[in-house]
Amino acid sequence: MELNILTLCYIIASVTFIIGLKMLSNPAKARTGNLVAAAGMTIAIIGTIFLYEEEGQKLGNYGWIFGGIAIGAIVGTLAAKKVKMTAMPEMVSMFNGMGGACAALISIVEFNHLAFPVIPGSTEIVYPGAAVGHVLIIVLGLIIGSVSFAGSMIAWGKLNGKVKDFSFKGQHLFNILLLLIILALSVYLVGWMPPQAKLIFFIILALALLYGVFFVMPIGGADMPVVISLLNSFTGVAAACGGFLYDNKVMLTGGILVGAAGTLLTILMCKAMNRSLTNVLIGSFGGGGTTAAAAGKKEQGNFKEISVSDSAVLLSYANRVYIVPGYGLAVAQAQHVCHDLEKMLESKGVEVKYAIHPVAGRMPGHMNVLLAEADVPYEKLLEMEQANEEFPSTDVVLVLGANDVVNPAAKTDPASPIYGMPILDVELAKHVIVNKRSMKPGYAGIENELFFQKKTSMLFGDAKKVLQDRVGEIKNL
Amino acid sequence: MQTFLDWITQHQQIIYIVILMIFVGIEVIGHVPSVLHTPLMSGANAIHGVVIIGAIIVMGKAEQDNYLALILGFLAVVLGTINVVGGFVVTDRMLEMFKKKKER
Repeated sequence: MELNILTLCYIIASVTFIIGLKMLSNPAKARTGNLVAAAGMTIAIIGTIFLYEEEGQKLGNYGWIFGGIAIGAIVGTLAAKKVKMTAMPEMVSMFNGMGGACAALISIVEFNHLAFPVIPGSTEIVYPGAAVGHVLIIVLGLIIGSVSFAGSMIAWGKLNGKVKDFSFKGQHLFNILLLLIILALSVYLVGWMPPQAKLIFFIILALALLYGVFFVMPIGGADMPVVISLLNSFTGVAAACGGFLYDNKVMLTGGILVGAAGTLLTILMCKAMNRSLTNVLIGSFGGGGTTAAAAGKKEQGNFKEISVSDSAVLLSYANRVYIVPGYGLAVAQAQHVCHDLEKMLESKGVEVKYAIHPVAGRMPGHMNVLLAEADVPYEKLLEMEQANEEFPSTDVVLVLGANDVVNPAAKTDPASPIYGMPILDVELAKHVIVNKRSMKPGYAGIENELFFQKKTSMLFGDAKKVLQDRVGEIKNL
Repeated sequence: MQTFLDWITQHQQIIYIVILMIFVGIEVIGHVPSVLHTPLMSGANAIHGVVIIGAIIVMGKAEQDNYLALILGFLAVVLGTINVVGGFVVTDRMLEMFKKKKER
């Protein structure tokens, strides 16, 4: 009877996961979708704690279980509530890593369950009757979980600036070699279960962690969202391994669902940047970029600066202004001031809209979240295609801390590493004001010829401060 | 070869689930607008926190004197819960903002 109820719990949970994901991909229903999935998860967790039994044996150690859940819930809630909106991507990466670590830990414990001493009390151990499929799943869960954990931690560190890009010559070869060693060891372990299986198991664990680190290390910051999305689907697969292990349908459905959806999402993100996944993972941005930057420097060099007050005048006498927000805006926490500027200009009869590049900010959709936080109305945010149609009839485009997404080299220079990426054609507008902290190139590490064009004016400084000054100037006009 | 085929027959139910879920996963988010990529990723991230169930099982099965299993299991429960709770809360926070401006 109780087991039947548990089965029912799991079915309900699986369905809520599917419905939840479906609703999450619809702007109007997204929030409800998230709550639906959360409710399903709660049912599954409570059901497991009280109803799960194996060979007639109920679960024990309730103190440990509830203690762990309480600690995890408090830490998780605090972290999620405290985190700034700009730091959202690294938070997701962090949570993802926790899931990966959880999957790896389960594998470690389950592997130890396989071991039996030859004679009671002896340190010599054997692995009787360990079914090949069973060991295979344990090892798979270990590898995927550890790679996901280590990779997510590096991605987290990279996004908040604690870890710098790092790559060495032949790193791809090294990575492939590492992966091959891991695979070879796994095959040996699973197929033969040698007496020193435990040692091999932990070597695999160490190498998988190392692989996770080296896998993410050379990938540039601009590609981090893609990597996080990929690691997200990895963790999904690791969770599904747990489902195999316990013949637990809800873990299986949830895990595979995320694995598949995450993979598709990864591909969609790559598409938004017009790059293939292999390109992101293998062709590291930095390498090609430096040569292009060097080439760019030779022919260009003259750019025009504009003062805050001049830019204020230019903006307030325009008919139509487009704001192109980028990561610089997010870093400077300038979304609220940006909204003030927009309101101020609107009160002067200027039409203000935002042009959002699909990968503006650190993650697709990140910029929409940030601007929504500042109460910018949804209708004012235009997607790239719409915005590109409007640019020719736009008087001033204000580029706030964006760089690569407005770089015309993506269209004109086949040698450029971002060649082929769809961009915002801001150069079609009558004036372009670029607000940056310095002339330093963006994430792709390449020079932006837009900055040297005649209609472009540069305004250096922290986005927030410059915007505040500008709002003040416009007020006084 | 024989064992492999046996294995497939034995686990056919699970294999069916895997195949169908792959299609469901792809189908379900196929038409997501890029605006929602981040919340969707975050939501999916919370859902794979279902791995917590494995952690609870490991924890609940651990013998009282098996300290390794107890400690690792406990750690797994903590990390899994952080994944689930944090994931859902963060997603809700992101989506809350989308909603606010809708009402205005």
